[in-house]
Amino acid sequence: MFKYLPHTPEDIEAMLKTIGVKDIDTLYEDVPEALKGVDLNIPSSMSELELTNHFKTLADNNRQLKSFMGMGAYDHYTPSVIRHLIERQEFLTAYTPYQPEVSQGTLQYIFEYQSMICELTGMDVSNASMYDGATATAEAMYMAVNVRKKRRHILISDTVNPVIVDVLRTYAYNQDIELEMIESKEGLSDTDAIKDAMRHDTAAVITQTPNRYGIIEDYMDLGDACSDNKTLFIINQDPSTLSHLKTPRDQGADIAVGEAQSLGVPLSFGGPYIGYFATTTKLMRKMPGRICGVTKDVDGKRAFVLTLQAREQHIRREKANSNICSNQSLMALFVTIYLSIMGKKGLYEAQNTSKNHAHYLHDMLLKLPHFIDPFEKPFFKEFTLKTDIDVNHMNRLLSEQGYLGPFNQGAFEVQKEGYITFSVTEKRTKEEMDHFIDILGAL
Amino acid sequence: MAYDQLIFERSEKGRIGYSLPKSEIKEYDIDKSLLRKSAPELPEVSEFDVVRHFTNVSFKNHGIETGFYPLGSCTMKYNPKIDQDLSNMEQFTGLHPYQPVETVQGVLEILYETQKMLARISGLDTYSLNPYAGAHGELVGLMIMRHYHASRKDFKRKKIIVPDSAHGTNPASAATAGFDVVEVASNQDGTVNLNSLKSVLDDSIAGIMLTNPNTIGMFEKDIMEIASLVHEAGGLLYYDGANLNPMMGMARPGDMGFDIMHINLHKTFSTPHGGGGPGSGPVGVTRALKPYLPEPVVRKAGNHFFIDQKDEQSTGRISHFYGNVGVVLKAYAFLRTNGKEHLYEIAKYSTLNANYIKESLKDTFKLPIKKHCKHEFVFDGLIDKSTGVTTYDISKRLLDFGIHPPTMYFPLLYKEPMMIEPVENESKQTMDHFIKIMKTIAKEAIEDPDTVKNAPHTTPVKRLDEALAARNPKVKYRDLIE
Repeated sequence: MFKYLPHTPEDIEAMLKTIGVKDIDTLYEDVPEALKGVDLNIPSSMSELELTNHFKTLADNNRQLKSFMGMGAYDHYTPSVIRHLIERQEFLTAYTPYQPEVSQGTLQYIFEYQSMICELTGMDVSNASMYDGATATAEAMYMAVNVRKKRRHILISDTVNPVIVDVLRTYAYNQDIELEMIESKEGLSDTDAIKDAMRHDTAAVITQTPNRYGIIEDYMDLGDACSDNKTLFIINQDPSTLSHLKTPRDQGADIAVGEAQSLGVPLSFGGPYIGYFATTTKLMRKMPGRICGVTKDVDGKRAFVLTLQAREQHIRREKANSNICSNQSLMALFVTIYLSIMGKKGLYEAQNTSKNHAHYLHDMLLKLPHFIDPFEKPFFKEFTLKTDIDVNHMNRLLSEQGYLGPFNQGAFEVQKEGYITFSVTEKRTKEEMDHFIDILGAL
Repeated sequence: MAYDQLIFERSEKGRIGYSLPKSEIKEYDIDKSLLRKSAPELPEVSEFDVVRHFTNVSFKNHGIETGFYPLGSCTMKYNPKIDQDLSNMEQFTGLHPYQPVETVQGVLEILYETQKMLARISGLDTYSLNPYAGAHGELVGLMIMRHYHASRKDFKRKKIIVPDSAHGTNPASAATAGFDVVEVASNQDGTVNLNSLKSVLDDSIAGIMLTNPNTIGMFEKDIMEIASLVHEAGGLLYYDGANLNPMMGMARPGDMGFDIMHINLHKTFSTPHGGGGPGSGPVGVTRALKPYLPEPVVRKAGNHFFIDQKDEQSTGRISHFYGNVGVVLKAYAFLRTNGKEHLYEIAKYSTLNANYIKESLKDTFKLPIKKHCKHEFVFDGLIDKSTGVTTYDISKRLLDFGIHPPTMYFPLLYKEPMMIEPVENESKQTMDHFIKIMKTIAKEAIEDPDTVKNAPHTTPVKRLDEALAARNPKVKYRDLIE
């Protein structure tokens, strides 16, 4: 017997009798003999105690570092209640809400999530979540070529995180989409160059703010230029910065996307995270993924339901807007609880502290001999300096002292070697920052 | 009366639910032109408000621990608590994805060993854990096909064969990957019709997507012949791992002739479905296709684990980092708990359970395919159609008995399909209870059909007006108050 399998020999006997076969193997008689006799060749079963000890050993081979790095994964504080609530089995173990009468819990939090994403971004409608910020951006690109039929040209500012651009490139290859990178000017998207590069077949312009260097971008009239050309304007924005910064709607976006990990989701070595995706009422029916809406039941009671499903794969098959089936639903709940707990005031305070910490570190590092600010542009909680120190050496020293140092943009392009990107959150104390500065000051 | 408040409706100006340390750092200003005009209207609630709200919201859901959940093709098995505890350890959740590799050897070992175990279970060479879900795995697998053919300058292969019994994601993924979909008609039992397959096989075919056993729980007995026909025509075979559960240790997709497959860790390896994600859909390939796996890849050199960022022939990057690592940790725990001893039993008992329910109800419900099934099977509504009670009605009535309905109206081969998958960890007692309830509802359909046709009666809400939601979409709180 085994703890997850309840059948006694008597149960099995009785069931086989009902079925009318002598053993379970008879139920596999249609499997060719040549395929049978598999040796699984994986390790033997472990008891719970052995497994726990095994995990402790593995965990000891990891070392947690105090992070001064962002680049798409931010070390914000996670209030304790979130874990307790998302692990309620009613949320954790349920399937996609296809039976709305017994899925009102899931449907309601999706509705609340959509509402909060709309509040943050200023957009009209949000879907129920995407896999991550990068794939959400790729889905936005697909949506643009789907909306603007026959257009296959996409303009991307080179201030977009190169990892996201890599994902866009992978997805673009599938549908023969032509990507054109537009060179930035002094760390900012060159809006004039983007306007000049716009063609009659440009389906979308994609930018990111705060961008790969942490700099806040202001698009001025780029949104208008896009709409004059019937080109969709896609802005990728870290939603946590929307406590302070101008919304994608205010910047003229048709689609707002991004990585919502920064809303309290643990770093977890890169996942699970959650992409968000929001757009305008006009484009709602072209949006990928699930959408929850309000309706009534037969008694007239308010209820929630997946809606506009005619866009989706299980109805439309190969004509669907996207192949997306499930999303990151539990992470949408995570973010919804985070934004409820932090609320209007708490989100602002956490982000404001992060911003102040980042600016403090920035100013202190500039007083050291080996760091300059190559851009001198406004930033939020992430910024980029240039150094002549060997970055690998520097980060090794920091790691020995328990810190995760800055990201070297040289990993993306050789000409960006020594451009290092720091991020600070509300979790870092002044002592930690001062210690960090001291280590760098000694170099 | 079920709880009916939105978190926004509990909001009171000035209330807070958080606490943060006071910062000693001075205020730095950002230029006003870059700031938003007004603050986002997030709720203002206390911590206890939040806890009580979401607890009450949760009561409106049916979870696996609430009651039987025989949802076909979704493999709703028990999600072990220990897997959750272990994946929550701070030494895993606190790791930044760009930490130096020497500080993340433990998590890399888990990723590497999981890749290896999945390869052995499926008979393929190696895996990428980056895909986030089953549909994502499909898309990535098809991209690999596209890159493979392109690398051989075989550009005319633009079509993917999909049986008409396949999941909707299959044709949608093929179209997203830039292929044309060729649908082939199935035999009555949903298996591939060899003649219709042969009639579409030519040098325009990039590959075929199959689930085996298929959505009706039937094993493709001609699988070896199908594989050689497709390979002879120059195509590749993709295995949709949605139905892998009854095959573990019984037969391996790699041995059947499949070149690429994905596994749904949230089905077969018992990671929680989460109300629709986060899942995980690792993609496996044969040795010949290994260079095409998406980047980055976790590898091992000696006793050292590392992350390979770039490969010349790679299909490219399909995720920002390394997939849903937290989900993989749970699947790894599940695999190590079961070990080689119990994976066979999972397969066998899932098959035993499905056949038991099928045989116990076949005199009441219409059974279109009389053969032995694997882990799931399909009824085509009640045998007695005179009452007008449909599969939809029966599904809704099941809710009144605390049972989650089977998958309804899928596959598209029948008029009134209900697809039942009981999974291996349901006991005979639970199944006998289900069988009894199903017979009770069948009797009600004759004696008191209105009760069935108006079900459910005991759920937090009753039947919904779905058309209203689509006609006049209200998709956020502001739409309700403005």
